Amino acid sequence: MSTSLPPASSSRFRSRQNGSGDPASPSRSRGRNDHPLVVTLDRKSGPRSVFAGDRLLEVDLPAGTRCIYPRPPMAALKDVDAAIRYALSHPLNSEPLYAKLRPGMKVVIAIDDISLPLPPMRRPDVRERVLTVVLELLADYAVEDVEIIIATSIHRRMTADEVRHVVGDRIFDAYWPDRLYNHDAEDPRGMKLVGTTEHGEVVELNRKAVESDLLIYVNLNLVPMDGGHKSVAVGLCGYKSLRAHHNPHVMRDCHSYMDPRRSALATSVERMGRLVEKTLNVFHIETTVNNRMFAPPLEFLHKNEDDWTGAERAAFKGLAFTLSKLPQPARQAIFQRVPSPYGVTGVFAGECEAVHEKSLDRCNAQYMVPVHGQADVLVAGIPYISPYNVNSFLNPLLVQVMAQGYLFNMYRGAPLVRKGGAMIVFHPCTDAFDKEHHAPYIEFVHDVLPQTRDAVEMHRRFEEKFATNPAYLEMYRRGHAYHPAHPFYMWYWGEAGRQHVGKVIVVGADNDYIPKLLGYETARTFGDALAMAGDACGVREPEVAMLHVPPIVMADVAPAHQPGNGVE
Amino acid sequence: MIASFFDVDGTLVRTNLLHPTIFYLANHTNPARSLGALARAAAAGPRMALAEMLDRRRFNELLFAVYAGISQDRLLLLADEAFDGVIRRAVYPGARELVQRTVDEGHEVVLVSGALDFLMERLAKHLGATAHISNRLEFKDGYATGKLLRPIVAGPEKARLVREWARDRGQDLADCFAYSDSYSDVPMLSVVGHPCAINPDRRLANLARTYAWPVIHFGTTRPRLAHLLERLP
Repeated sequence: MSTSLPPASSSRFRSRQNGSGDPASPSRSRGRNDHPLVVTLDRKSGPRSVFAGDRLLEVDLPAGTRCIYPRPPMAALKDVDAAIRYALSHPLNSEPLYAKLRPGMKVVIAIDDISLPLPPMRRPDVRERVLTVVLELLADYAVEDVEIIIATSIHRRMTADEVRHVVGDRIFDAYWPDRLYNHDAEDPRGMKLVGTTEHGEVVELNRKAVESDLLIYVNLNLVPMDGGHKSVAVGLCGYKSLRAHHNPHVMRDCHSYMDPRRSALATSVERMGRLVEKTLNVFHIETTVNNRMFAPPLEFLHKNEDDWTGAERAAFKGLAFTLSKLPQPARQAIFQRVPSPYGVTGVFAGECEAVHEKSLDRCNAQYMVPVHGQADVLVAGIPYISPYNVNSFLNPLLVQVMAQGYLFNMYRGAPLVRKGGAMIVFHPCTDAFDKEHHAPYIEFVHDVLPQTRDAVEMHRRFEEKFATNPAYLEMYRRGHAYHPAHPFYMWYWGEAGRQHVGKVIVVGADNDYIPKLLGYETARTFGDALAMAGDACGVREPEVAMLHVPPIVMADVAPAHQPGNGVE
Repeated sequence: MIASFFDVDGTLVRTNLLHPTIFYLANHTNPARSLGALARAAAAGPRMALAEMLDRRRFNELLFAVYAGISQDRLLLLADEAFDGVIRRAVYPGARELVQRTVDEGHEVVLVSGALDFLMERLAKHLGATAHISNRLEFKDGYATGKLLRPIVAGPEKARLVREWARDRGQDLADCFAYSDSYSDVPMLSVVGHPCAINPDRRLANLARTYAWPVIHFGTTRPRLAHLLERLP
């Protein structure tokens, strides 16, 4: 795959769009959107940088394309430790943490796993900082029976090195592995029924957490779909509970994952979480971070390409060239070995919903960019990382999760792409998997997908067979593999996007059969892809929007009725 | 019904066929006989090693020849002691749970081993397995002849026995599971729809990686590099 793609099929779309563009306008202009982070490209605009897995490309987008950039990182808290102490002493809708403590009590602390944040945070991780303060407080109150559980749900177990990175050396050395360990959702003696909601959702959680006198949850709320009731009700649950909401029917009713009020998944989790809060004594600590994903010298990837300095442009060219020449493991290492220098923007503690409301405000303030009206075509590069491949390869099923699961769902209000519109994504779609982490994914992609892409059918015919496969379960429990139900959930994760988007076109795939298995079409160049998207949309001059990720950006879309831009 | 076929030595227990054999040879009726038997076994060592490399079935024949002359009564009398002293304590942590989970999923669990039937019977009971396919010694006038009764459970023959077992019970092999640690069991692993390597030797690990078979590690610490290589896309 080349590092730069041919310009947008200039013969067709560019010439048309040029007619509507103003040749005299600056290269960063504003169209119908007022927000400065929504940049409408014109004929003088340079190419945009996009991730295609662990490579970087330059793509010429047609004039008129709205390019939505992430907000700059919010200011970080100056004294994080003081903020943690303040939050614990001044909690929301709850008595302070110290008032809940008594000598001899059993305390379980649960923490978010490696899927948050992305990429992993530079040390000290904010969880280490919170744990340090909380453990000191517990010791001061003679609370000695303390266990720390990594709330992996059915994600893979974290390795010792990964745990050490998150909790820090001091806590790791003192607690690992007897009092600091991964949740095991398949330990027959390790789970306990909490109850059933009025909707019949079974709430079964980690026994240690259920039987504790106090459960403290330390979260890292990267995006609006994290945290809140999801922390305990999902992080410490198992397959029995997940089935209630991780299914195609619920997923289809999410608009979007990033808008909890309009997500059937969040609603179901909320019901289960409320049952948990009624039954257990839970104290929530949520933290938010800014979107400073890239440290210098890659910091310019945050910026509008038109604002790059000469040195930054040269750095990009150099990086893109280098990545194009390196073997895949080396490319992966370059990105994955460098943790992100996130700044902590908020620490909130107390009762679940009050705390989470504050976290949501912080997340939305960091990520949401107002966008006026939908587009016919959504363009996005698929980066090298997802929540499910930290320290491993982004396999084809995760490409699907990123495209129709995450990138499509990076909206509030209306989807950025209209119903029946097209998505153009950049990724090689290499048929490769991490043989340990994603062992059950391989059978899913090569055995289930060739038989059906229909989520409801695969849910009915295959999910349970996978979920009870003793070999995969053993790999989940004792190795570092995802639970065998997880590949199904990854497919369902794309279900809302699949139902909404008419066509997904991949540019730069190194094979045809993987995109075909995923239900995608392939195009050699972006220009070809745009022509295919225009045909699919039935629009002569499709409106194009590009979500410029990473870092994370979400479109707060206010629908607008315009010709060729139907709102759904 | 789905069946799960488990190899035993190296897969569920860390011992191999030699360990119980040495136990029996060392526990003859008198020390002099024990010494003689152990010496004869040691002398046959190089031939056994060669046979192990070339033909697992021939290895079994050579190994079990050293049982010649031991009475059936004595073998059975010492079976509990051999099981407790040699096999039970060598069961991998997690092996019993895996078998139990398999049983809980409604599978018929069958141990398929070149070890002797009276020991496998005890192991099956200990692990909660449903049945076993194992080797049987030939006895004449109450004494072992040193020969094995046909079929000899080893290598490709395991695959035939597994097929036969499934056919007799109307089981669809495409739904069945098989677990082993050894490349010599590839025929058995290949006849089922769900093969799985446990603590695989180097050649089986390579094969499992190529075919994306699940790999389980029971109580073995792998070098970091080996672990990374196993995970390579």
